[in-house]
This record gives sequence, C-alpha cells and structure tokens, in this order.
Amino acid sequence: MSFGLPTFPGGFHPPDRKAPSAGCAIAPGPMPERLAVSLAQGLGAPSRPVVAAGDRVLRGQLIAEPGGFVSAALHAPTSGQVQAIGECPHPAGLRANAIYLVPDGADQWAPGTNVPASEDAVAASKPKEIVEKVRAAGLVGMGGAAFPTHVKLSPPAGKAIDTVIVNGCECEPYLTADHRLMLERPADIVKGLRLLVRAVGAARGIIAVEANKPDAHERLLREVRGIEGLACRMVAVKYPQGAEKQLIKALLDREVPSGGLPMDIGALVQNVGTAVAVTEALYFNRPLTERVVTVSGEGLERPANLLCRIGVPYKALLAAQGVRPGARRLVSGGPMMGLAQWTADVPVLKGTSGVLVLSTPPPPDWSACINCGKCVESCPTYLMPNRLSKLGEFRRFEDMAAHHALDCIECGVCTWQCPAKRPIVHWIRQGKNELRLAKLKAEAAKKKAETPEGVLPQ
Amino acid sequence: MTGFALLQAVLAASAEAPAGGSGPGPGAVIGWGAGVLGVLGAALGLLLYVASRAFAIKTDPKVDEILAALPGANCGGCGLAGCAAYAETLVKSGGAVNLCGPGGTAAAAKIAAILGVAFDSADRRVSVLACRGTAQFAPAKYEYSGVRDCRAAALVHDGPKACRWGCLGLGTCAAACPFGAISMGADGLAHVAEELCMACSKCVTVCPRSLFRLASEKQTVRVACASHDPGKETNRVCKVGCIACRRCEKSCKFEAIKVVENLAAIDYGKCKNCGACVKVCPRGIIVNWRAARKARKARAADSSPAQEPAEAAS
Repeated sequence: MSFGLPTFPGGFHPPDRKAPSAGCAIAPGPMPERLAVSLAQGLGAPSRPVVAAGDRVLRGQLIAEPGGFVSAALHAPTSGQVQAIGECPHPAGLRANAIYLVPDGADQWAPGTNVPASEDAVAASKPKEIVEKVRAAGLVGMGGAAFPTHVKLSPPAGKAIDTVIVNGCECEPYLTADHRLMLERPADIVKGLRLLVRAVGAARGIIAVEANKPDAHERLLREVRGIEGLACRMVAVKYPQGAEKQLIKALLDREVPSGGLPMDIGALVQNVGTAVAVTEALYFNRPLTERVVTVSGEGLERPANLLCRIGVPYKALLAAQGVRPGARRLVSGGPMMGLAQWTADVPVLKGTSGVLVLSTPPPPDWSACINCGKCVESCPTYLMPNRLSKLGEFRRFEDMAAHHALDCIECGVCTWQCPAKRPIVHWIRQGKNELRLAKLKAEAAKKKAETPEGVLPQ
Repeated sequence: MTGFALLQAVLAASAEAPAGGSGPGPGAVIGWGAGVLGVLGAALGLLLYVASRAFAIKTDPKVDEILAALPGANCGGCGLAGCAAYAETLVKSGGAVNLCGPGGTAAAAKIAAILGVAFDSADRRVSVLACRGTAQFAPAKYEYSGVRDCRAAALVHDGPKACRWGCLGLGTCAAACPFGAISMGADGLAHVAEELCMACSKCVTVCPRSLFRLASEKQTVRVACASHDPGKETNRVCKVGCIACRRCEKSCKFEAIKVVENLAAIDYGKCKNCGACVKVCPRGIIVNWRAARKARKARAADSSPAQEPAEAAS
C-alpha cells in the first residue's frame, strides 16, 4: 500500500486499531467537579502559579507564568474558584504541584480573551508578534512531548528555518485525535501553518499525512491548493513516521545530527493540534485551555474523541465513556510510547493525545538476547538496541553512551518486535538517567575538589 | 651544546678517517665515543640530580605513612578518588580515620596512631538499612513488570511502592555488594550480614532511595525508617513508618533523639543505647540491635575459634 511514498529507514507497522474511534466526531468532554491543572505540563521548568487558594478566575485568565525560558504559561480552563495548590499525581510520574480549580458552571471567558481578530489585523502582525502571542497563549507541542512552542519558534541567530512541517501522521495505534482535527478543522490547520511559516520566515510549509488517512489528506489538499509555498504530502504508513526526526528524513531527506535538533538542518515540526491552537490564539485570542483527546481501547465501552479541558482527571473521562470489566491497564498517550498509569487521578495535560484502557496482560518474563538482529534492522535511529539492552542489563552505562544511547527516541519499535520480550527501552531509559546522574555527580565532585576543607565526615 | 659539538667532531673525524688513511684508528674512535657518551651521561645525571633537589615537591611524610597503612585497593569506598586522596585529605583537613572498608579497624588504628588521634579499635562500621516496610506493612501502588532493578523501577512513577521513601526490594544493592553481605529476604527487604560488611559504601551510593548509611557497629539503636512525609500520609502508605509522634523524644533522658522533618533522628554523640525510645515507639521503627550483635559475636566465636585472636586484635 505504501510503496513509493516517502518514508524513513527502519520502523514497522503495528496493528493500528484506530477503527473504534476514527468515525467519532469530536465531542465536548465532561466537566468534572474539580480540575487539576498541573504546573509541570511537559519538558522544561515547571510553571509558577500567580493565583492563590480562594481566588476567583475566569476562563483564559493567566494562572501560572512560565518558570523559565523553556516553560509555558497556564490559563484557567474554565471560570471558577481556585481551591488549592497542592501535590497531584502526574502522568509521567513527576512530582509536581497542580492548581485545583472548582468550576462555577458559567464557563465565562476573561476580558480580552475569546475576541475575534480581523483577518487584516492578523495578516499585519509581524513575526515577533506572532511568537509573542504564541508564548502568551501558553502553547506547547501537542503531539505528546509538550515542548514550549515559542522556544521552537525562536531559533538562535544563525539557524535559519526554511521548511515548516505540520505533522498529521498520527502513527501511534488507537489515536485518532489528530485525524478528526484534520477532517473537521482543515482550514484552521492551514491558517496555523501559514502563521508558523511567517513566524520563522520559512520558504515553504508542508502538511504530512499518513497514507491510511486519505480522507484527511484530500481535505487538506483542497485547503492548500493555490496557496504558494504550501503543500500537503502523503507519507508511508509506518511507525514511528510521526517522530520529528523521522518525518524530516522522509519529507526532506535531511538527517538531524547526533545530539542535534531539527533547527540545525533548517526544519521545524509542529503537530496539527498545535497548528489549530496557533490559529485560535491569533484569530480568536483564546489561550490554550482545551485539546482533543482520544479515549479508546478494548477496555472501554464507548471510544470517543473528546474536546477536553486541560486538567480533567482521567477518572472523569473513564466514568463518561464507561469501563468494561476485564480492563487491565490505563495508558496515557499511545500504546507504543505512552506511559501506563497507576491511578486515574492523573489529569489531562496539554500534551495528552490519548487515554487508553487496555485489556492486554502485563508483558511476560523476558529471556536472554538471541541476537536475531530484528531490533537493529528496524531501529529508525540506526542504533544497536541488542547491544544497548545487554549493556543496560549488566549496568555498563558508560558503554551505553559510547553506543549512542542518548540518541534513542524511545519509540519502542525494538521492544515490540523482540522475540525474547526484552524490555529494551526500559534499559535504555535507565541508562540515559544513569548517564545524566553520573554527569551531575562528576560536576559536584569537581566543585568539591576545589574546596578541600571538610571533605570527610568527622 | 658542548656534548653535541663534541659528537660532531667525532663524527667528522670518523668520516675523515677512511678517506685520509692517516687518521685515528678504529680503537681511537671507540675510545672517543665511549668518552663522549660517558661525559654526556655524567653531565645529564648531575642535571637531573640538581633538578630533583631544586624542584622537589615537599610532601608530609605522614601521607606516605598513611598510604602504607592503607590496603591500596583504590576502591573509593571512603568517598574519595583512591587511597592517596584519602591519605592526603586526612593529613590536610582531618576527618574520620575509619572510612576505609577493606582496611577495616586495623588500618584505622594505624592511621590514628600516625595522626596522633584517639580511636576505639573495637569500633567497626557497617551498612544499615533504614526501612522495615515489607510487602505486608507497606503495600505496592501498582504491579511492576519492568527491569528487575530498583534504579530502573524508581523511574516508573517513583517506583512501585506506595511509600516513596521505602525499600523497593529489587536487590540492586545485593547485586552491587562485592562482599556478598546483602541478601534479599523473602519479606522483600534487603538484609545486611554485618559480619561480612566491609563498609565499602557501594550500597549507599547505588540505592535510589538512599536508604543505606554507614553506622558504627556499636550504635545498636537505629531508626529503621526514612519517610519525611507527614504522619497522616505515612500512616496511609505504611504500617511501620515514622508518624512523628515524638514519644521517643519525650522518653529520652539524654536528649539524643529528635524528630526532624517528620522523622526521628538519633544524635549518636549523646545516645547511650539505653533503648528507652525502642520501648515507647508505637510503630516499632526504632530497633535495638544489641542482642543480635551479641548473638552474632557468640556465633562467630563458636564456629571459628581460629579467627578469634584476629577479631580480638581488631
């Protein structure tokens, strides 16, 4: 099916299981009794709250400011009262506080937000103004990693971006949130892409859609027709086609150098959800307060694509969609890269693309590596996962660095295909963490060596 | 320069010899060569001797003495980069003399003698685990099925144990112990065989929860909990966790035990190992190891009388 379409070396196509939710139009998500807006939305520094318990807030009002350059602003997802700021379980297992908000039901927008801007005003905005509005709206990458968008839009001097790619691949099984957005809001995606192209001064913009979504491709193609510099391309159906570096390789045949970023090779990739959010921020002055979440899996009664407020606890989604008996695992994100959860109290974040209830049993015990080489053949970053898994198993973390463990994108292709069922990605993640800790320790030891007094306990 | 000029002269002479036919014979050339090299050697030797005297780095002889007393394993167990670093630091800025695990009390006693400080030669350091949360008392918050390594498990939602301070029980410390002193019990906790422990501190470094510390064997009253959570939270996740009730604090006649940040902490400078706090702790987290220590000593004396003198000496 995918012959001749652009793609990257390696990867594979897992059963996609998108059928249960692909046909479900985006529906409004439940409004729970209490929202928990986590201060750690994604990579980077946690946000700093600017409200206190007891404060009344309106939808779109700033409730937390960025905690650093690589950090995003947070806005009240609805109007209501701040109940408390306290610890809250996090889908990625981080220890982070959240702002607990009790909705008042009025869902009233704050003054100055939700005000449509004229086409002319948007057309006249300079690149810097676009980036500033994106920053003020608290936008982060909505594909999953939740990297602050304004940081990606502000490449350091000397790094010119020539191509903006809007990523509509959605290669993770089950997930259909991006697919529905492409079907229902193609015009907004193209508007967002044009703004992104202008913001970084790129020459062209490409929307990439996997070949298993011909309906979305067709609609977007209609939207970009006649617009100079824009294109909508179909790419092969293969996991992880939607990974930033792999998508750039497929479309532009450029490779991000080891340890580098897409901006090093003149490319910028944003998710279709982010493109829609850019349009919302610029054309309607709406900060990011909601996103589309696919709620699916065999353990769920009614799979759906829900437009959820940021901070809705998973348990509210599960209660609304019904959990079947025999459901075993709750996963945040897609089944390949998503993280299993231990509690349904975790809230929806800006980067939550899916909430899955799976009935698959936990993985069986693994055995020794049989050196079949499947993982090496299919690794999209040209690593040797077999070596890495063995080095991790025997705690040879420094050797893992020599085998480029830090270049692993943790896509899970190796682990999925391993006939010995080895938890390869887990070892690599541990290795990455050990290397990070070793670096910190070395730095601390260096500092300590400079001050010899009181080195030893008395 | 002189040497080089001489060498040139000799080379020139030997090159001329066959051509002229009346120059010095081969014996003279060898004589010249040996002479020049001898002079060169002597001159350079003298230079090296002068340089070694003039630019010598003066070291404290104590450093060398301590270095000789240490086993030279360079294991890093003392927390410094090898035996030389430990010796230097001891002389330069002082510190505990018994940090060398492989050297044990014998090395510590020698170091104390060199430095002229007091050291109780019967004192030995051992690794101590600060958790009693077996599966029965401290339940798991989820079923873990990943890599069997505490450090890997700690990356997954802060580890499978509901208490975020407690022992994860996957045996990373046991794997790291070079002396086989740590074993994983059926209760899911790490157990230290104190007679085998060499205080190398590998377990201290490797535990993702930092549950091990090196303690004097004589400090038999120990707090077996590491939770700094408030009492209510600790009570929710563990039945043998410190709830900061301060009964130990009130029971202590020597003001040696204090609750700091929701956790009982013993000041061993004041503690007399009387065990008053052990009796009042409602959670049983303060443990007196005196009986166990005595039993172990007795066992060691019984089973291997040959080792007794060594133990007595150490």
